[in-house]
Amino acid sequence: MSIDESTAARVAKLARIKVEPEALPALAGEFNTILGFIEQLNEVDIDGVEPMTSVTPQVLKKRADVVTDGDQQARVLSNAPDAREGFFAVPKVVE
Amino acid sequence: MSKLNELGLAEARDALRAGDTTAKELTEACLIAIEAAGALNAFVHKTPELAMERAAAADARLAQGDAPAMCGLPVGIKDLFCTKGVPSQAGSRILQGFLPEYESTVSQNLADSGAVMLGKLNMDEFAMGSSNETSVYGNAVNPWRRGNDVTPLTPGGSSGGSAAAVAADLCLAATGTDTGGSIRQPAAFTGTVGIKPTYGRCSRWGIVAFASSLDQAGPMTKSVRDAAIMLEAMSGHDPKDSTSADLPVPDFEAALTGDIRGKTIGIPKEYRMDGMPAEIETLWSEGIAMMKDAGAEIVDISLPHTKYALPAYYVIAPAEASSNLARYDGVRYGHRAKLDQGDGITEMYEKTRAEGFGHEVQRRVMIGTYVLSAGFYDAYYNRARKVRTLIKRDFETVFAQGIDAILTPATPSAAFGLGEMTDADPVAMYLNDVFTVTVNLAGLPGVAVPAGLDTKGLPLGLQLIGRPWQEADLLNAAYTLERAAGFVAKPAKWW
Repeated sequence: MSIDESTAARVAKLARIKVEPEALPALAGEFNTILGFIEQLNEVDIDGVEPMTSVTPQVLKKRADVVTDGDQQARVLSNAPDAREGFFAVPKVVE
Repeated sequence: MSKLNELGLAEARDALRAGDTTAKELTEACLIAIEAAGALNAFVHKTPELAMERAAAADARLAQGDAPAMCGLPVGIKDLFCTKGVPSQAGSRILQGFLPEYESTVSQNLADSGAVMLGKLNMDEFAMGSSNETSVYGNAVNPWRRGNDVTPLTPGGSSGGSAAAVAADLCLAATGTDTGGSIRQPAAFTGTVGIKPTYGRCSRWGIVAFASSLDQAGPMTKSVRDAAIMLEAMSGHDPKDSTSADLPVPDFEAALTGDIRGKTIGIPKEYRMDGMPAEIETLWSEGIAMMKDAGAEIVDISLPHTKYALPAYYVIAPAEASSNLARYDGVRYGHRAKLDQGDGITEMYEKTRAEGFGHEVQRRVMIGTYVLSAGFYDAYYNRARKVRTLIKRDFETVFAQGIDAILTPATPSAAFGLGEMTDADPVAMYLNDVFTVTVNLAGLPGVAVPAGLDTKGLPLGLQLIGRPWQEADLLNAAYTLERAAGFVAKPAKWW
């Protein structure tokens, strides 16, 4: 599978990372190197093998469905690049 | 007694309890060593006031005879651990200025155990790298050199600052994390000991996530005994991490008997790689002979899917990273790009992430995005997860056949020069983890033990891999290997 510049641009868009058009050919090249390496996996017979979901077999613990934490607005907002009136502030989302 | 900062955890603990020194003196000795070691670029955020406060508290507890296991012992913390009120950037620009409002469970466990935090340690950005060259802080430098050659060498990665700091005696021990070899490879490159415990032994809560199904914290220390002491202090069940195991934590230090008679050590043939340097071969053979002399039975084994571990890892780890790193959006914490007139929220995300993430992180996030995207999920991600099942099954099969531990080289080479891999393709760098990454995929404990020097005078390590949850037995095997190898070399001080 070979990745061209337009695929690289699409992946960058999906990942929400701005990539300048002039950087796309090199990026596509790197993707192809890495994916070429990954292609080795096609040699493995995986018929009837379950994909791993948990490396250590365990039953996830349950707890009572009650509030155990909260009322920490100031601490939650303390690292925000832009926090106003108790909210995270972002550029306008809806016109 | 050697200089206080040169002590290991066990020696310092015993000296503290005998009243031969104080936590304050130990901490001061480390702080002086750190100030003099700027050239290593290991400590990237120093916390001397906090350290002296904690040392005073430790001395008070020692005086009262109420000293927990790590009371008064100065350690460094990898920058990946969130530490309350202390910068925690994961080596990334995108977390510049981030001051956590909370403390990671592991660093809290260490604090509860009396340990004194000296500061935060350099690392590859988001733990993605094998040479500490992807860090926003610049390279950490290995205290070891090739004889009289002054070429700066990598301390390995991603826990490069931790390894350099421990090897250069800037602290008694340090925390590391290991997703594909990030504790064991730097330990091997610096002549130190590093153990990645069984997945679930240490809580991941408060540790900046890279690949959640692979990440584990562990200690990086000057001896196997120190690793046992510190791992015990770091471990334990944590309700805040749903993958944290609710199992009792054994007394790891008590397991160090040095007696491995009757144990069976497996030697996997697939780890004999083409083009492996003769020195690594020789070291491995010597290690096998040492274990045999100590009374272990040596058995040749096969782990047939070994060669597929790295390609499976380079699907699974980026996939998980692309999901975990989605949180860095310039909204809640860290860096936000300056926006142009008319930029909306999408431009904010895209510019923030382009400015905040370094090249390797961007590449892995995008690879992860690709392998998870519609149409490729089955071909890449699901296939890799099936191969992971097979890799784990390889280990289960040999353990069922009676193998207690597996002995392999830790790395395919000694430490290389900083910048030497710059022009290589990314896959060449990934090959550093060829012997360690299988262990993360199978969730097993693995430990790197320094076992010799190469002809240029650089340390080389061997790796022992244990059964799940059997860190005590694994550490005892490592202790036996450490005693037999008798590795005592230290880097000549140049910094």
